[in-house]
Amino acid sequence: MAVPVHFETSIPSNTADGLAVQEKIVSLMEQFKYSDRDVFAMRLSLEEGITNAIRHGNKFSADKQVEIQCSIDEFRMRVVVQDQGEGFEPEAVPDPTTEEFIERPCGRGLLLMRAYLNFCEYSDGGRRLTMERQRNSDLPVID
Amino acid sequence: MATKSDRRIDIEDIDGVTVARLLEKKILDEANIESLGQEMFALVDKDGRTKIVLDFSLVEYLSSAALGKLITMHKKVSTAGGKLTLCNIQKDILDVFKITKLDRVLTLCSDLDDALSKF
Repeated sequence: MAVPVHFETSIPSNTADGLAVQEKIVSLMEQFKYSDRDVFAMRLSLEEGITNAIRHGNKFSADKQVEIQCSIDEFRMRVVVQDQGEGFEPEAVPDPTTEEFIERPCGRGLLLMRAYLNFCEYSDGGRRLTMERQRNSDLPVID
Repeated sequence: MATKSDRRIDIEDIDGVTVARLLEKKILDEANIESLGQEMFALVDKDGRTKIVLDFSLVEYLSSAALGKLITMHKKVSTAGGKLTLCNIQKDILDVFKITKLDRVLTLCSDLDDALSKF
């Protein structure tokens, strides 16, 4: 049985470094033999969560970092993403599936994370995102 | 100008319809998405193509930023009086379109024949 793994890292506010952390986490999921479905869900969620922190949180600022904590065991994945931006109110983000916003080119990240994760919560005024997915989760549920 | 090795799409003309096959497995990276957008938009803005099929057979992942480019592409083609269809979308990617309800905005087809039949 694989021993649980935990790591923490701090990256500059650019998406290339964000992608490298994603790859490291996906590699851990593969070591723990998570399903392709779980890997797809986490890769998508990590992309949205980390990119949001870099783009909307830190606004690509060279003097700000994104801290990422990752814990994985045979039952679940948990990732915390902390930025150093001004924060935001998740409830104020409009529903991108409504007629008014459906054709907007952005604003779907939060919707996707909520669809694929068993737990997805912003805290610290919108600067801290906690993501969790259980192994072999049934999510997403498609209408 | 993009060289053959760093192109994000491969173009083929079938009976007056442009079939653009997306070559990236993972449409996630910001720079890749930007380049992909530029190549797609050039089909309309530069080449004047208005009947376009996007073939997703090679695509395994895409992010919401990539969805944004697809919506912009859809608008460009519609504004030009043309039609855009998407085909050969893998199950996981299809779920992303359904969750975001973009399957109601974009024309999603099962395969290339189905996509070509829409023109």
